[in-house]
Amino acid sequence: MADKKRIDEPTGTQTVGHEWDGIEELDTPMPRWWLIIFYATVVFAIVYTILYPAWPMIDRATAGVLGWTSHGQLEEQLAEDRAERAPVMAALAVTPVEKLLGKPELLETAIQGGRSAFLVNCVQCHGSGAAGSKGYPNLNDDNWLWGGDIAAIEKTLIDGIRQPGHDETRMSQMPAFGRDGLLSSDEIKDLVSYVRFVSGQEPASESAQRGRPLFENNCAVCHGADAKGDRQFGAPNLTDAIWLYGGDRNTITDTIHNSRYGIMPAWGDRLDPVTIKMLAAYVHSLGGGEASPVPEAETAPAPDESEGNVVAE
Amino acid sequence: MSSPSDLTGEKQQFFEARKKVFPRKVNGTYRRLKWVIMAVTLTIYYVTPWLRWDRGPYAPDQAVLIDLANRRFYMFSIEIWPNEFYYVVGLLVMAAIGLFLVTSAVGRAWCGYACPQTVWTDLFVHVERLVEGDRNAQIRLDKAPWGAKKIGKRGLKYAIWLYIAAATGGAWIWYFADAPTLFMDFIHGTAPFAAYAAVGILTFTTFTLGGFMREQVCIYMCPWPRIQGAMMDEKSLGVTYKYWRGEPRTHGLKRAHAQPLTDLAEGEKVGDCIDCNACVAVCPTGIDIREGPQIGCITCGLCIDACDEIMAKVGREPKLIGYATAADEALIKQGKEPVSAKKRLLRPRTLIYFLLWCGVGLGMLFVLGNRARIGIDVLQTRNPLWVQLADGSIRNTYTLKIRNMEARPRTVEITVDGIDAVLWNDRGSRDDAAQAVRLEVPADKVAKTQLFVAAPGAGPQRTDVVFTVRALDQDGASASDESFFERPEGSR
Repeated sequence: MADKKRIDEPTGTQTVGHEWDGIEELDTPMPRWWLIIFYATVVFAIVYTILYPAWPMIDRATAGVLGWTSHGQLEEQLAEDRAERAPVMAALAVTPVEKLLGKPELLETAIQGGRSAFLVNCVQCHGSGAAGSKGYPNLNDDNWLWGGDIAAIEKTLIDGIRQPGHDETRMSQMPAFGRDGLLSSDEIKDLVSYVRFVSGQEPASESAQRGRPLFENNCAVCHGADAKGDRQFGAPNLTDAIWLYGGDRNTITDTIHNSRYGIMPAWGDRLDPVTIKMLAAYVHSLGGGEASPVPEAETAPAPDESEGNVVAE
Repeated sequence: MSSPSDLTGEKQQFFEARKKVFPRKVNGTYRRLKWVIMAVTLTIYYVTPWLRWDRGPYAPDQAVLIDLANRRFYMFSIEIWPNEFYYVVGLLVMAAIGLFLVTSAVGRAWCGYACPQTVWTDLFVHVERLVEGDRNAQIRLDKAPWGAKKIGKRGLKYAIWLYIAAATGGAWIWYFADAPTLFMDFIHGTAPFAAYAAVGILTFTTFTLGGFMREQVCIYMCPWPRIQGAMMDEKSLGVTYKYWRGEPRTHGLKRAHAQPLTDLAEGEKVGDCIDCNACVAVCPTGIDIREGPQIGCITCGLCIDACDEIMAKVGREPKLIGYATAADEALIKQGKEPVSAKKRLLRPRTLIYFLLWCGVGLGMLFVLGNRARIGIDVLQTRNPLWVQLADGSIRNTYTLKIRNMEARPRTVEITVDGIDAVLWNDRGSRDDAAQAVRLEVPADKVAKTQLFVAAPGAGPQRTDVVFTVRALDQDGASASDESFFERPEGSR
């Protein structure tokens, strides 16, 4: 590098002495304000690294004298968020779930909250879109084993289905007709024919004809004489198009032979009542939710229902 | 010019202090033009937010309002929604083409006359002159030691600047909220923090940029002078010193008046420029136009006014400095007539820019005049894509957003074409499924609803469907959006 500083003739400015291929750099001074800003940023950077976590060390960054951390900030924001939601949560807590439907704004909040809770707790079995899969009910459709009005959904959520050791849980047990030797395999074959006939999947046949009395003797207790199911036992409607495990011959044979025993956890033991309420509202909103049965006389618990405690909607 | 001896001895300054510019007062055509433009632009800026425009009970009555909270932009009878942001894009395109047009026709006119930096600097310069006197008095005051008089004058000047700066920042926030309400809130200290912050920041920037930075903004901060070089051609106007007429300069009035110039040798030419420095003294960016076109020149024309004054005094022809194009200069040098202004302005380049500009503008006006004030957006729920119902039919779910852009509530009807289906939304149930769903959409709002559409299970895997929303009142506007109806693979 050439180090010959000289005065550039046309501009009258000193050069810095660098030269490359005949191109030289002029030592043009900066405007004062520019330098002031530059120094101000340097000072800012120093002050910043003292006040805030900045320099990466081996396992963590320097602490900074203000004691600020992103975790602390997150905690603050979460607390703020919780405080902001508190009135709505309080309103949800005192509103019975079936009353939610009459309060559009509270319901909307509940559905949004329920969607989040669903994505954390329910998608493992029911899928992120609540469409279920084999053995896990699709919550979007209009078919409900134990009832599809919002209160029934809440009840299912709280107490679960066949949750071992839970007194309130919804219980029912289909016999394993084949495995336990209650029916012979020929009889099961005839039963399958009959079930596929009533669900419109197969035309009438002699086999189905033979299945009819077998159904009446063994199955009608729970599934009903018309095979339309009974929600008291969570017995599915066998005449509709929806099959929890599958409606083909092999699957139905398997079901009758070995029976089914689907379990849903009792979420009342794990989640708080407000979250469950929100989950019920969300599931109910998926398109298959049924209207609550009109109570014939709301005399028993109604009068002391403290409507006044509803803080906000 | 520094001498080579600087190299050895003197230490070079680390920074370059701003060379203070003390522009002298000047009168003339371009000064008057600047006054008019300043008056018009500032009036528009300050008055606009206070204009009222009745839009009925559902919309604000401020004529020009950028309502960020509700995401609306109101401009007289035009109301723009976020989904109509392309109008803003159109305006930006028009602004860009307009800039090409103006630059190709009259050069850097924006810089010299309309740029906010120029307008407010000009205003500040006038305040300065009013308080401290003209150029010489200002220079004297600047050199004077600090004393009661200097402190008083400077204090008064800064106070007036600060007032103008604050008024500028204040005027800007009126565009973002109802001006009279915000004004009262602002005075009572109950306005949002953002309003005070905006006023504070804009006051500070106006005060520093207009009061102290001035030409430094144009030369160091503004990208425009650098971009503009690419837009100018030899037919663009610029402020030009006609050096072939001015040079060689004579020094002093007396000599200039000596006619004929007896003390000149035979054949020696003498120029019109008497080197009085008036053009330099009046320049707001402190340049010497006689050094040729340069980045610091904002083509405000004040040097033209100053020079014309002098030329009149010494009895020479005016416009020694004047607006001229490079092409004209070349013609005049050869003794030919310059191109007429009409011919210069109506050249293909300007005409094409003008037609493009008009085209975009007319296109926007046409679209604006014909746009629908009702809208529908359909988003198919894809998780799950379809749901099998107990009776064997297939249900699809859609999220609908119905925009009612009129300032009155409207009842609308939603229908689905392309498939034999029944529909209901989240306010109804399967029991009241029908061919159409009715919905009340509040004024000036977007209504969001889940729409459930059920169709027989047998059919193609994917069917094109069209959702139509129709207003049920007399005006009966409608809008449509396309989507699909999905069935399981291999359905009956």
